[in-house]
Amino acid sequence: MALYLVILPALVGLAALLAPSDRWRPWLLPIGSGLHLSCLASLIRAGETVSHFDGWLVLDATAKVFLLAISVLHFLCMLYAPGYLALRRERPNRILCACMLASLAMMSLVVLSRHLGLMWVAVEATTLVTAPSLYFNHNARSLEATWKYLLICSVGIALALLGSFFLAYSALHAGLKPTLLFDDLMAAAPDLSRPWLHAAFVLLVVGYGAKMGLSPMHAWKPDAYGEAPGMVGAIMAGGVTSCVFFAILRVYQIAVRSGDGEFASRTMTFLGLLSMLTAAVFMVRQRDFKRMLAYSSVEHMGILAFGVGLGGAAIYGVLLHVINNALSKGVLFLSAGNIHRAYGSKLTEHVTGAMRGLPLSGSLFLVGFFAGCGSPPFSPFVSEFSIVAAAFRERHFVGAAIFLAALMAVFLGMGATVLGITLGKPSRSPQHDSFADGVQTGAPIVLLMGLVLLLGMYLPPFLSDLLNQAAQSLAANS
Amino acid sequence: MFTLTTLLEIVLLLNFFVLGASRLRTAINLVAVQGMLLGAAPLWMEHGARVVLLSLGTMAVKGVLIPRLLLYAMRDLTIGPEFRPAGGFIASLLLGAAGTGASLWFGGTLPLADSEHSSLIVPASLATIFAGFLMLITRVKTISQSLGYLVLENGVFVFSLLLIEAVPALVEIGVLLDLFVAVFVMGIIIQHINRELDPLEVQHLSSLKE
Repeated sequence: MALYLVILPALVGLAALLAPSDRWRPWLLPIGSGLHLSCLASLIRAGETVSHFDGWLVLDATAKVFLLAISVLHFLCMLYAPGYLALRRERPNRILCACMLASLAMMSLVVLSRHLGLMWVAVEATTLVTAPSLYFNHNARSLEATWKYLLICSVGIALALLGSFFLAYSALHAGLKPTLLFDDLMAAAPDLSRPWLHAAFVLLVVGYGAKMGLSPMHAWKPDAYGEAPGMVGAIMAGGVTSCVFFAILRVYQIAVRSGDGEFASRTMTFLGLLSMLTAAVFMVRQRDFKRMLAYSSVEHMGILAFGVGLGGAAIYGVLLHVINNALSKGVLFLSAGNIHRAYGSKLTEHVTGAMRGLPLSGSLFLVGFFAGCGSPPFSPFVSEFSIVAAAFRERHFVGAAIFLAALMAVFLGMGATVLGITLGKPSRSPQHDSFADGVQTGAPIVLLMGLVLLLGMYLPPFLSDLLNQAAQSLAANS
Repeated sequence: MFTLTTLLEIVLLLNFFVLGASRLRTAINLVAVQGMLLGAAPLWMEHGARVVLLSLGTMAVKGVLIPRLLLYAMRDLTIGPEFRPAGGFIASLLLGAAGTGASLWFGGTLPLADSEHSSLIVPASLATIFAGFLMLITRVKTISQSLGYLVLENGVFVFSLLLIEAVPALVEIGVLLDLFVAVFVMGIIIQHINRELDPLEVQHLSSLKE
């Protein structure tokens, strides 16, 4: 059954590739994504851990949390897609539609796979299927962004492949049977050859970290997110990054189990805080609000990495933050996309007064900013608070202080840009002939925002059970 | 006798030829030869139908399909095919030599499992990865950057020879498929860059920055 999570979106993606009409093809997107979500919902309701192919593909509690975040975000973005693509009739959407569904299939494969080789293949595949959708606008700037994304991520991921081989070699060197199966590696972890494991961890974190967008490997991110259509940016910032983070989490577990935990945890906290600080620096006076969102993504990846490095009680917060980050990135990228479309620019000097000119998208962008920065009562507040509380409890005072300072700087930097865009008099009336708030391009964002608000105040029992199970299994394994 | 060590020595030499090649077409062909040789390498490590198939698959992808794709992408280039690395060829070759020397020394210090296979595998892998990085950093044309990526990937492949029994065929096929699709997408993007921006150089890809 878990296999359907990969097969269904891939099949509908194939149908999208073959579909002849640009007009109705986009409607395949919510269908494919909806099938994925309903299949996942029934698997979560069944509640068991599902395993296929001798443990190569496993759907456990952690995988369910990640897939839930990815699937809900993807589905709501795909609900938005037909309305958006109807406005973009001038561009053929065959490749974009096929790539969107293929990316869902590949993200699911990353999260399901327990074989680090297969996982690598799937991570690289997510890069390859998202690259063409970055290039949807077919102009010089999007070309540049696509090239940088493709090259930096492919090279990074090539290093991760070397890291995966090092990991297998660490078993061979210790006289064990070389393997890349996660469960076998976990069982053998204490006996693995330490120097090779060390090198493997570094290569894997650098490689996958480049794809996830951890500083200093984040160079491609502002370009890619800045040039991608809003929904592609949302799926990359909320979905693709989450599944690559999942891959890093697996590697981290092996490193911790092998007794290399101190080094691994220091590396993650360092990269996490560095990413948050980098984001804070580049957000000050950021003129381009889509690039600003990319730095916000770097910041949130930093929060996740920092939380993992802390371990213990922070893990629950990290898992919750994966969901919260996905949903709030959806709100921000989709509403930013609407504003960009209406004003024909994404620079602060051209866009002001969006709340008056474009009431729905403007307000959602503003509220999304508060949510994304961790203000109560929205859900990112809960997860960020539990991470920083864990940092204080673990007596990580310096880390917690840097964490809070970076959050504050990000809030101020991002606030200046967002308030400038949303408040005040409309600089020039938005071109309502090209875009106006409507049900198709507004309702999915309202739904995402509603979920962010809901999760901030009430965690449904099934979700808190799932989060607890996942956090326990991760804590027990590390 | 032609051993695996001899083969790896040729692979190392090819790194230098690629670094020193002044014509794109030559560089692509040299990388193709390197891919062919590496495709044959598993035959020295193990016997059996699986290895023969893997070997043929690697040769087809790295030695034939990918180079053809790149030559095809290059076909309607508007500018001459000569290319010059940043810093010049001599610097590039000297750095390559230094990298190879360092890899040979470093490879000797690593703790390796006892094996009957060539002791050159790890140093050759590291040196090839280094040469790939060098191309990625110093070359100014998009095609030569994707060649650098291929050389880097070849270096990773050399290391995987040590694990030939451990990595399942499915994963090997997946890796090859990903590599092929990566170069395919790069080829398409290169063609579009060629059409949109005048010369095919990455210097023109610098409008996105802070």
